[in-house]
Amino acid sequence: MPLTGIEIFKLLPKTNCKECGEPTCLAFAMKLAAGKAELNACPYVSEETKAKLMEAAAPPILPVTIGVGDRALKVGGETVMFRHEKRFENPPGFAILISDTMEEPEIDGRLERFNNLQYERIGLLLRPDLVAVRDDSGDAARFEAVVNEVKQNSECGIILMSSNPDTLAAGLKVCADRKPLLYAAIEENLERVADLAEGNSCPLAVKASSLEELAQLTAKLTDAGVKDIVIDSGSRTLRRAFEDQIIIRSVALTKKFRPLGFPTIVFPCEMTDDPMKEALIASIFVAKYGSIIVLSDFQGESLFPLLVERLNIYTDPQRPLATTEGVYEIGEPDENSPVLITCNFSLTYFIVSGEIEASRIPSYLLVKDTEGLSVMTAWAAGKFVADTIAPFVKECGIADMVKHRKLIIPGYAAAESGGLEEELAGWEIQVGPRDGAHIPAYLKSWKP
Amino acid sequence: MVFEIPKTAYSGKIREVKLGSGEKAVTVGGETCYPLYLFEGEMPNLPKIAMEVWDMPPQDWAEAALEPFAGVTDDPVAWAKKCVEDYGAEMICLQLVSTDPNGLDRGADEAAEVVKKVADAIDVPLIVWGTANHEKDTEVLRKVCEVCRGKNLIIGPVEEGDHKRIGAAAIGYHHTVIASTPIDINLAKQLNILLGNLGVPDELIITDPTTSCIGYGIEYCYSVMERMRMAGLTQQDEKLQFPLICNISKEAWKTKEVHIPMEEDPKLGDAKKRGILLEAMSAMVLILAGGDVMIMRHPEAIKLVREVIAELTAS
Repeated sequence: MPLTGIEIFKLLPKTNCKECGEPTCLAFAMKLAAGKAELNACPYVSEETKAKLMEAAAPPILPVTIGVGDRALKVGGETVMFRHEKRFENPPGFAILISDTMEEPEIDGRLERFNNLQYERIGLLLRPDLVAVRDDSGDAARFEAVVNEVKQNSECGIILMSSNPDTLAAGLKVCADRKPLLYAAIEENLERVADLAEGNSCPLAVKASSLEELAQLTAKLTDAGVKDIVIDSGSRTLRRAFEDQIIIRSVALTKKFRPLGFPTIVFPCEMTDDPMKEALIASIFVAKYGSIIVLSDFQGESLFPLLVERLNIYTDPQRPLATTEGVYEIGEPDENSPVLITCNFSLTYFIVSGEIEASRIPSYLLVKDTEGLSVMTAWAAGKFVADTIAPFVKECGIADMVKHRKLIIPGYAAAESGGLEEELAGWEIQVGPRDGAHIPAYLKSWKP
Repeated sequence: MVFEIPKTAYSGKIREVKLGSGEKAVTVGGETCYPLYLFEGEMPNLPKIAMEVWDMPPQDWAEAALEPFAGVTDDPVAWAKKCVEDYGAEMICLQLVSTDPNGLDRGADEAAEVVKKVADAIDVPLIVWGTANHEKDTEVLRKVCEVCRGKNLIIGPVEEGDHKRIGAAAIGYHHTVIASTPIDINLAKQLNILLGNLGVPDELIITDPTTSCIGYGIEYCYSVMERMRMAGLTQQDEKLQFPLICNISKEAWKTKEVHIPMEEDPKLGDAKKRGILLEAMSAMVLILAGGDVMIMRHPEAIKLVREVIAELTAS
């Protein structure tokens, strides 16, 4: 919660010296509160005030970045409890677990799955984010070797998991340049693991056995200057872990309680032995506030729906997802196949293309850029009307792909059929169904 | 370090609605907190699952969804009994697919006869779901109300365009109505008001916010349902305090992603498990948003969701 202008004003010198460029300190304070001025413009503000203002300006849940370059994962930085209040900011990272006691083929298989299981959807690449290497062998050399193998075989972000600082140090030797997440600092090893994190500029996960203890540990770390912190409340029963996530988010946002204002890490892999149930538990943490979700393994049948769920929940409610404008071939259409047109709201595209697919009638689907608006909204806003549809139909090249000249428009845009016949000389405009569910029946009776 | 756990300022409660009759009647709703926020309030009736039965053999179901019902999909009575006896269904939802004017277009009398047979064969509450075609649903559901008087069926979808005639039949023969609106909190509230004006008692209404599954706009349903819960629980909006029902399985299982065999796209993994998870996860997400009744299909998806609800509410 940022300070108000009045609260900032109280911290300023109140001399109205005008050196900042504003007529009064109050005016300057108001500009600061609105984010339109820099505190440095005031030559007389004290260091103490600076620190206070910086502290107040910090986001209630700090963002933390794990990994580097293209694969860097930013988590945290959330500002709301419910997505409709603004939006969820940084999608949670999915991590696959690799134990250092696993045989080589098993490790190779996991890395291969991590690297291969990537999916394209509406022009976006959906993929998992992290590999967690866990020290189960108790042998720092073995741990280091496995971490090295992970590093050599993937560009992934890495989580180093051990309660032994020496083992973590061994892992860091090979992958510090990847900015791995160190998991975990606990009460017993706090200082040493914090030193490792500081020395290697890596983020650090803290694990406790209760929220109170967790807050105590993060407070100590913050005092010691550690900033990039991820928190684990230690709960491994689903109910407790779920409630912890809600309490952490809400105490950080509504009470601005800094010691819990960090991204979280959750372990569905430690809550059940059933991979199906584990996936379902993970889906809960996607919606309810997990920042890093560690899974025992990745399989397409569970990772794919999780990645799509994450995409859905983290979609900005104010900015609908849009599909690229163009001609889409569904099935293997030929010169006698039907031609349909719709808008580029991605949900509309998914439903319409899904129904065409279900009809098993190969078709061309023209997707017109309507800035992500649905058919009715786009029509009402003048973005899906004869004047805009006609030039697109002419330019998209569909006329060279089919012999006939029949264009099926959505039932909700029926009012445009007259205008379109005028603008598109030679084309017959056919009004399709209003509801996508009726497309298969419509197409089955369609004749070129 | 001690800190105070913030508590949501609740001022309302979701209505309790009793579905069905007799010993196996099911009560839904009654929450005094956000879904599963048991540290803040109570959820006296946990989310319930109704198993889906079709009144005609499904033509385009994925193999994985058909398998558990092999041998009974051409007989709605046997199918419903199998759900109750073999899979422990707490409720049945009979989808009147055969009445679709764009499909088989089966008549009202015949459809109502099937509903009656199913209702007589089971002792758990029966939800009857039409085709959302106003003229046809009016015809069919009115007949169903009449033929099944005394059964306290749950009938829908009742939309603004057909609420008067179906609502009147529901009042007359004492059935619960499913007030259905297209993913919009204001329309949902308006329909609930209209039903109230018509004389449908509050205890005979549940709300269908219209739901879709993961990958097909679930985020819209999720946020609309969250807003409904917020309005009902924290803003004393009495017309948004009805339990929520989600007809989710038919959405999940018609997506192209559940129909793609693993051989065609190995990265999508096992087709059966993928379908089950897509259904179970979609249901779970909607339960987190406030769903009280989930209409589901695959017994394994149902089992998973039940187990996870049990863990989320374990003391």
